[in-house]
Amino acid sequence: MPAVKAIKGIGHRTVNAVWRIGVATRFFMLTLTHSGSGFRRFHLIIKELFSTGVMSLIIIIVAGLFVGMVLGLQGYETLKRYGSESALGSMVALSLVRELGPVVAALLFASRAGSAMTAEIGLMKATEQISAMEMMAVNPIARIVAPRFWAGVISMPLLAALFSAVGVFGGYLVGVVQIGVDEGSFWSQMQSAVDFREDILNGVIKSFVFGIVVTVIALFEGYDAPPTAEGVSGATTRTVVTSSLAILMLDFILTAIMFRGN
Amino acid sequence: MERTTVDLWVGIFVVAGIAALVMLAMKVGNLGTYNVSEAYQVHAYFSNIGGLKPKASIKSAGVLVGRVTDITLDTERYEAKVVMSLDKRYRFPKDTFANILTSGLLGEQYIGLMPGGDEEMLKDGEQLKKTQSAMVLEDLIGKFLYSKAEEPAK
Repeated sequence: MPAVKAIKGIGHRTVNAVWRIGVATRFFMLTLTHSGSGFRRFHLIIKELFSTGVMSLIIIIVAGLFVGMVLGLQGYETLKRYGSESALGSMVALSLVRELGPVVAALLFASRAGSAMTAEIGLMKATEQISAMEMMAVNPIARIVAPRFWAGVISMPLLAALFSAVGVFGGYLVGVVQIGVDEGSFWSQMQSAVDFREDILNGVIKSFVFGIVVTVIALFEGYDAPPTAEGVSGATTRTVVTSSLAILMLDFILTAIMFRGN
Repeated sequence: MERTTVDLWVGIFVVAGIAALVMLAMKVGNLGTYNVSEAYQVHAYFSNIGGLKPKASIKSAGVLVGRVTDITLDTERYEAKVVMSLDKRYRFPKDTFANILTSGLLGEQYIGLMPGGDEEMLKDGEQLKKTQSAMVLEDLIGKFLYSKAEEPAK
């Protein structure tokens, strides 16, 4: 009976997915409860901040600059039709601060730092370093997972802010320096359109949420990976795919909550 | 890598991130331009506010002097009550005229203040008595069509 078999397959997958979400949530809670000792050994977090945050700086800055420049060009072409080129500044700044900064920075972060985290932890598991730690009565969650988690959560908002700031500068380069939009109206319209609490703070909250989600997915996939070469590579792929989808879906939900109405 | 080098780079990263946030708040956002703490509140009634929104600017002679803080419908008069907070540096006479104006043809709406000649100045919590409502495009078109229909056919 192929129909029954198909339904069985759907059921099996659903149960599996729910089970994985449950395990991931328990993993997240464990990470939080074991964070205390991670903060006592702060140099571990600093080391991870270096490999997640500092090493992502170049890709974030270059991507931000080019995204801002493209926004400047495209925005100018569109706004020119309505004779409102002076609104270019507010358009570039609003789209960066509200959406593109947090989202694109998180996507880049997931593929740059998240995949590295998964591969690192998966390989530690495959080479039985994690089991060795447990043998020495060192809690691997407190020693390996928690510092990486906090490093990701701290660096994500900073990277998103850098992305937005560099992007605004890129928009300025193309709009004002190259095309010749009036500099005064570029900045003043931007300042009158962008609200600190409504736009900038909401963007920071967004990137904070994305930071939590991306690092938890990356760490869980690594910790959960089958200890083989194939398992680690599959887990790395799943990290990038799942966290990218999670970022985009969460972004829609957060935007609907934050910017509804006005 | 040497631990001090790692520390240095992480320090640079965190400082750069926070600097970017401050730059966004000051240069891109409105935190550096308008300070609400030194303000006084006045209110005015309009029979129609058109598309005026909270946080719309209030200008006098083209200079930004304050922001709209709250818009509600007063059910005793069935008119819109607009609360404005004005910068303490700018004092206006009691018979100041409040207009709802539009910047550009399709731009956003703001309140323009035209100072009158009264000796007394507006104080905190007082009302602007003279107001003019927003121009609503549909009303204008309606009036135009009505006057056209009334004309005798040629």
